[in-house]
Amino acid sequence: MLRYVLRRLLLTIPLLVGISLVSFLMMHMAPGGPIGAGTDMNPKATAESRARLQAYYGLDQPLHIQYGRWLGRLATLDFGDSFSPDGRPVAEKIKERIPITLTINVLSMGLIFLVAIPVGIYSAVRRGSVFDRISTVAVFTGFAIPTFWLALLLMILFGVKLGWLPISGISSMDYDNLGTLGRIADRGKHLLLPVLLAGFTGLAGMSRYMRSNMLEVIRQDYIATARAKGLPEGTVVFRHAMRNALLPVITILGLSVPDLLGGSVIFETIFSIPGMGQLFYQGVMSRDYPLIMGILTIGAVLTLLGNLLADVGYALADPRIRQG
Amino acid sequence: MNESAGIGRDFARRLLRNRLTAAGGAVILFFFLVAAIPGLFSSHAPNRIDIVNILRPPSTDHPLGTDDLGRDVLARVAYGARISLSVGFVAVGIAMLIGLVVGLLSGFYGGSVDAVLMRFVDMMLCFPSFFLILSVIAFIGPSIWNIMIIIGLTGWMGVARLVRAETLSLKERDFVAAGRAQGAGNARIIFRHVLPNTLAPILVAATLGVAGAILTESALSFLGIGVQPPTPSWGNILTAGKDNIEYAWWLSLFPGLAILVTVLGYNLLGEGIRDAADPRLKGR
Repeated sequence: MLRYVLRRLLLTIPLLVGISLVSFLMMHMAPGGPIGAGTDMNPKATAESRARLQAYYGLDQPLHIQYGRWLGRLATLDFGDSFSPDGRPVAEKIKERIPITLTINVLSMGLIFLVAIPVGIYSAVRRGSVFDRISTVAVFTGFAIPTFWLALLLMILFGVKLGWLPISGISSMDYDNLGTLGRIADRGKHLLLPVLLAGFTGLAGMSRYMRSNMLEVIRQDYIATARAKGLPEGTVVFRHAMRNALLPVITILGLSVPDLLGGSVIFETIFSIPGMGQLFYQGVMSRDYPLIMGILTIGAVLTLLGNLLADVGYALADPRIRQG
Repeated sequence: MNESAGIGRDFARRLLRNRLTAAGGAVILFFFLVAAIPGLFSSHAPNRIDIVNILRPPSTDHPLGTDDLGRDVLARVAYGARISLSVGFVAVGIAMLIGLVVGLLSGFYGGSVDAVLMRFVDMMLCFPSFFLILSVIAFIGPSIWNIMIIIGLTGWMGVARLVRAETLSLKERDFVAAGRAQGAGNARIIFRHVLPNTLAPILVAATLGVAGAILTESALSFLGIGVQPPTPSWGNILTAGKDNIEYAWWLSLFPGLAILVTVLGYNLLGEGIRDAADPRLKGR
């Protein structure tokens, strides 16, 4: 097992180097230049101050030297300073934004599992039933709904028409004056819609996936054997079939990381949630090169980590993988 | 020759027999019609500003209401169909082309070509694609063409893997060996024997890909970094919907419905093609 994990870890090293190279080159092959947006619109920016900026960020050096420097700093999680007026280190900015994004994504993953797995199993076991048909329609609709649109509709319904839920931010104005329970309730109210929406597409995907896994497993000979032995249907479904159908779900968990991160840009912007997605959006709008590079790299590393955890988790659960 | 025509007919029959697939196809045809002649659906010009009639709810004159500049929402949604559909097609065309070339080369030649190309695919897949798209747009700026190209350039990896896997299994088949025995070169083998046999899965991937590209474009336009106003796109009409969320529900409802129905149509058609091409997968 340890060997498997080590081998898997070694495989990620060239990928990491590749990721850093791609994100670095991509930023620099783009026209406009890193100091374009900040200085073009500022009439006070003289040619001289531009040149200073250029030197400050090392932009006058050849690309490979810039990359070398950047990679060196990357190893110490130093992404440089943001181009934005506050000029704070990118790493610091990202660090204060990451917890809220991860919290929402972890909660929505929990939601996906709690809802999608039972739905998928039940649909498969009762294939062709009314429940299966309704859930299939719901799944297809779920795949096709633009999340940001659903967010708007839910905001109109619960925020504007009914007034039950707040539609922006992560806490109310009087948050500081609330007691502990009040604070939890307040946070919960603010996060309810974002968590639901972050998990929405995943919900559809996972229940479909679980359903087809389950259908695949139910056809296997050992299920027929279990039934032939006279085991009750519940035992057959939950003991024999579900365990095996759940295995590939571990992989999906890891693979869903990039989609969740990408989605966080959308819903954090809509709900004004101060997370990494919103920070990224702001960075993109103001062409904050170091910030974009930093978040892009972190996003890729998180994705890689997700894949790694998925593979290791799978190997832990299924001995065939780690030995074969 | 006769046999392949028979297979084609059989395929078409299976495809149309599935009612959901037919419904998906009908929806797509309908939106093609809308995109081709949007004037048929609304007599208003999509960019005509009418200060007197700002944010009017649906009425007989404006069946879907008006937006914050008094423009007719139905006209904008109809003209927006052009944008969404063309972004979907061009982006997927680019993705398919790259994916096909990479997949064929990788699968057919194997060895170091395969290793290099597939490691590159792995690397590209590490980037959350929405992050990648946003970053590139930040640098080259948002425009319809840029959006199409970027969505295409960030969406080919799945196709490449798919085509590679198909090619790997196809090149071991007897008809390829027979082609070789007759003295066919690599190019002929690839284009006459391998490529045509990968078309069914590619068609499925392309149909589902169009749906994904339409969703991505609408999200980008909604965030203000996609298709730029005044050009109407389903996504940027929704931006106005968000800005006027407390007064004008119709601005939020209808463009989103258009996206939903179109994407649903492509997904149903894609699933239908998959089932028709490989009936064993039906209902899975």
